[in-house]
Amino acid sequence: MTGTELKNVKVLAANIRIDILKMLEKRGYGHLGGSLSIADLMAVLYGKQLRYDAKNPDWDERDMIVLSKGHAGPGWYCALANCGFFDKEWLYTLNEGGTRLPSHPDRTKTPGVDMTTGSLGQGTSTACGMAQGLKLKGSEQYVYLIVGDGELNEGQCWEAFQYIAAKKLNNCIVIIDDNKKQLDGYTKDILNPFSYEEKMKAFGFDTQVVPGNDVEAIDEAINRAKAVKDSAVCIILDNIKGSGVKYAEELMANHSVKFNTEEMVNKNHAAIAELEAFVKGAE
Amino acid sequence: MFTLDHERKMGKRELRITVADAVNELMDADKSVLFLESDLAGASGSGKIQKAHPEQYIQVGIAEANMMGMAAGLSAVGFKPYTHTFGPFATRRVFDQVFLSGAYAHNTINIFGSDPGFTVGPNGGTHTTWEDVALMRTIPGAVVCDAADDVQLTWIVKEFAKSEGIHYVRANRKAVRNVYAEGSTFEMGKGNIVKEGKDVLVIAAGQLVSDALDCAEKLEAEGISVEVVDMFCIKPLDKELIIKEAAGKKAVVTFENHSVIGGLGSAVAETLLEAGVSVKFKRHGVEDRFGQVGTADFLQKEFKLTSADLENTIKGVLL
Repeated sequence: MTGTELKNVKVLAANIRIDILKMLEKRGYGHLGGSLSIADLMAVLYGKQLRYDAKNPDWDERDMIVLSKGHAGPGWYCALANCGFFDKEWLYTLNEGGTRLPSHPDRTKTPGVDMTTGSLGQGTSTACGMAQGLKLKGSEQYVYLIVGDGELNEGQCWEAFQYIAAKKLNNCIVIIDDNKKQLDGYTKDILNPFSYEEKMKAFGFDTQVVPGNDVEAIDEAINRAKAVKDSAVCIILDNIKGSGVKYAEELMANHSVKFNTEEMVNKNHAAIAELEAFVKGAE
Repeated sequence: MFTLDHERKMGKRELRITVADAVNELMDADKSVLFLESDLAGASGSGKIQKAHPEQYIQVGIAEANMMGMAAGLSAVGFKPYTHTFGPFATRRVFDQVFLSGAYAHNTINIFGSDPGFTVGPNGGTHTTWEDVALMRTIPGAVVCDAADDVQLTWIVKEFAKSEGIHYVRANRKAVRNVYAEGSTFEMGKGNIVKEGKDVLVIAAGQLVSDALDCAEKLEAEGISVEVVDMFCIKPLDKELIIKEAAGKKAVVTFENHSVIGGLGSAVAETLLEAGVSVKFKRHGVEDRFGQVGTADFLQKEFKLTSADLENTIKGVLL
């Protein structure tokens, strides 16, 4: 990443976070922690790695994202809005009746969303099918499959991983957002996953672990994954639920939050101001 | 247009081969047609597809949920996927995958669920589905078919390739008796009057159409005139035909290799009641029971799905 690229990606990540905080506060509630923890990944994808045309979302040669942890939809929408797929005003229609931005991604409603997700685990198989189809076509497009750590409780993920690994679908870049928490608490307490790295390696994936909020490390890991020719690839983001926003990180129950107290709203405004100052400083 | 095979002799081809042959024909003309198998090629006959079109054949292993999800993903990038597994695993085991990754996401999955109901034979109760039609017809926009014979199944499998969405067909893997003559064509969403009659209307589906015709011919000789409709397409349902043909009849009886809860009988009942048709009515199918093991012949008798059982029902409802 050049200096300019790095600056742009960091600014994009900050803008995604600002919009997540604003849209969820406006809605009064929402999936905060898991949306924030993919902000840096989304910034690297849309700011550097992904082939896309925001004005032509169905461009034949585009790379595709399957956000299998569909509850992080708001985080994805903020990336799409910041990259010109639709007007930022749409963000404030989240979850309204008739909105094009439902809580969980819907390929029939939102420009830039290539697969519908929400029933956890299912995105792993659809991404697997998309990647297999693209291989059959001889296409060089990539499918970025973003999976939550809590989501890996679902058995379907492991069915799909077996297929991706066995068929060496290296055009399906599997990214596990290991943000350590799920709705009811820490993943280690709900259903101890032991080591994702060892599991994915045992399944046959070329597996890397990188800090989930280090955009340079994420970018380098994706570059390295793209160079792997003889096996499936997996990147594990060693992450924090709510990452990049201190109050959200410190909030234990941060999967879905309510902005219904003055204290919460004040903390949110302070976080937005801090991020906006960073963006201004970078400019 | 269809013509009948009045002899109703046993078909020469196993229906699993019917599906494989129809898919192979589609693949000859269309490279976007794919077949996904979940480690049942030995049972489904899809090895014939693998041999003829290896590049269009995907073996997913024993992972039905992944198979349906993959089919949805393949559809999203422009393919026309066909999938196979035994009926219960093609529907109840993967209902959420077919519903969300498939239907809700506007993807196409063509599903062949084999050996429904009593045709399960020695695979027994664990592999029996008498609820697949009930499940599948609740999926918005889904097409749900129960094939009467080889000719009709060929037509259904090929017809599925012409439209997008969730398409489900259930059929015996083995050969069944012919109802239709070679070259017959059908219309999705339209029932077929396969025998005229004035006293009783029997609406049947699947291979039981043959048994319904046996029953109707026997009763005709006894002075009871029975009309038989083959309602192979249970969704969308030919409501117009049901209402029209029920008019003036002394009774309407549905006949299906399925639970009486939620299948063809329920769909017909809903139609008649909502249309205000007042007629004696009976759903003949499997009562609220699980399946069990045995030969298909044994199971057909055990679960009262024979021509003679239908005859008893018709006579009972006319009393």
